[in-house]
Amino acid sequence: MAALLSVRDLHVSYGAIKAVQGVSFDINEGEIVTLIGANGAGKSTTLNTISGLIKPDSGSIDFKGESLVGIKPHKIVERGLALCPEGRRVFTQLSVAENLDMGGYTRTDAENAETIEHVYERFPRLRERVNQSAGTMSGGEQQMLAMGRALMSRPDLLMLDEPSMGLAPILVDEIFEIIRALNDQGTTILLVEQNASMALSVADRGYVLEVGHISKTGTGRDLLHDDDVRKAYLGG
Amino acid sequence: MTFLTQVLNGLQLGSIYALVALGYTMVYGIILLLNFAHGDIIMVGAYISWIVMAQMGFHPAIAILLSVVGCTLLGVMIDKVAYAPLRNAPRLSILITAIGVSYFLENGAQLVFGADAKVVPPYFDASPLSFGSVQLSPIALLTIAVTVVSTAILTFLVQKTKLGKAMRAVSEDMGAARLMGINVNTTISFTFAVGSALAGIGAVLYAMAYTQATPTMGIMLGTKAFVAAVLGGIGSIPGAVIGGLLVGFAEVFVSAIGLSVWKDAVVFLLLIIVLIVRPTGILGRTMNEKV
Repeated sequence: MAALLSVRDLHVSYGAIKAVQGVSFDINEGEIVTLIGANGAGKSTTLNTISGLIKPDSGSIDFKGESLVGIKPHKIVERGLALCPEGRRVFTQLSVAENLDMGGYTRTDAENAETIEHVYERFPRLRERVNQSAGTMSGGEQQMLAMGRALMSRPDLLMLDEPSMGLAPILVDEIFEIIRALNDQGTTILLVEQNASMALSVADRGYVLEVGHISKTGTGRDLLHDDDVRKAYLGG
Repeated sequence: MTFLTQVLNGLQLGSIYALVALGYTMVYGIILLLNFAHGDIIMVGAYISWIVMAQMGFHPAIAILLSVVGCTLLGVMIDKVAYAPLRNAPRLSILITAIGVSYFLENGAQLVFGADAKVVPPYFDASPLSFGSVQLSPIALLTIAVTVVSTAILTFLVQKTKLGKAMRAVSEDMGAARLMGINVNTTISFTFAVGSALAGIGAVLYAMAYTQATPTMGIMLGTKAFVAAVLGGIGSIPGAVIGGLLVGFAEVFVSAIGLSVWKDAVVFLLLIIVLIVRPTGILGRTMNEKV
């Protein structure tokens, strides 16, 4: 079976700085795949490149069998790939409902009316705050809004960049439960996390990214028990 | 009665400033550019009216239509040709480009039309309306009405429509807007189109009131509208209207008490005071510098 997303020998640089140097990985339909690695390993750069925000120097990105290289970000969303970016980046001046509207920008009003009900079921707190401006919400609520917003485009592949960053432990658990539930309902997920133990425990497979290249790969469980990974990313 | 007349004059002039200030504030809101060529778009609009009516002898309705459409297209074209290639350049580069476009339009107009003023014929019979002893200028009333309607439509557009929400999203975070599937370039073009259409309406209303077109007429008009936008809080739509009316009233009342040579100075003094007391303008928010 061909992979849903297939990245091959990806190279990306910012000016003279090479951020990603030959990254390759696959995601199959229905999986949760995680990229773990230290700060600056190139995780976010990889996601931003897949989304079309950054142009790669070389390499290929194939989604549903078609190349995404050189396609504009808004066209990539239309093809069924959504990124929930690092730092959430909700539109703080817009209300919760308006943020969700923007998430469904590529969809019809009728489709959005349907999707928004699913999002409210998944994140009941968003329904309570429909008309509140997003900037006045807590970090955890903003993360839920950012995830709900990304789901509005009905993505075949949802990419989450550091969804647990800066959240209280109880909220981190909640976010990971939601990730698992979304996956159970059929959403394929690419998860980038610094919280490697949480990420590996929900993931089917993981890739370890080290200064711009993949140093290790395996199932979530294998990596969780791998000595090198434990030492480097799981605190012993 | 003269007081009422002065209030009407203030509203009329303020309305024109408000329409122009709206264009300034919208473009600034979305790409943080002070579009110094905005005032010159109005100049082009006034010349279009002059050509269509005085040169070609067409009906004023056609002149109004072509002025507004011409300004809209010009605004979008300026963005595409001069600003869009600099979208990722430092803000100073694009600001200097805006000043360059402004000079280009002013000198272009002087080359084509000459430096002397062209008389824009009246769009309609504008003899004063009498209500008992009170005489009101129909142009003033029309100007105020058109501004109220334009502002209402604009507010609806920005607050309630999909494209309007996209404009606000792009204005806050261009990268995140892209990730939503919003075509940022189209959204920016649309913003220029709306701002320039308002400038086109302003051009017609200005030409009705002052009946002439000169290559440099956009400079002071643009500067005053810029002051109005900053006074109200740049980036804010209601702020632009309030700022426009304030500047209009200030000018009219300073002239009314016999100090008309000081009217420009008073407007700029007003700006200085507001910037000292409330640097973000009347309705402005403190905006975080984008990284």
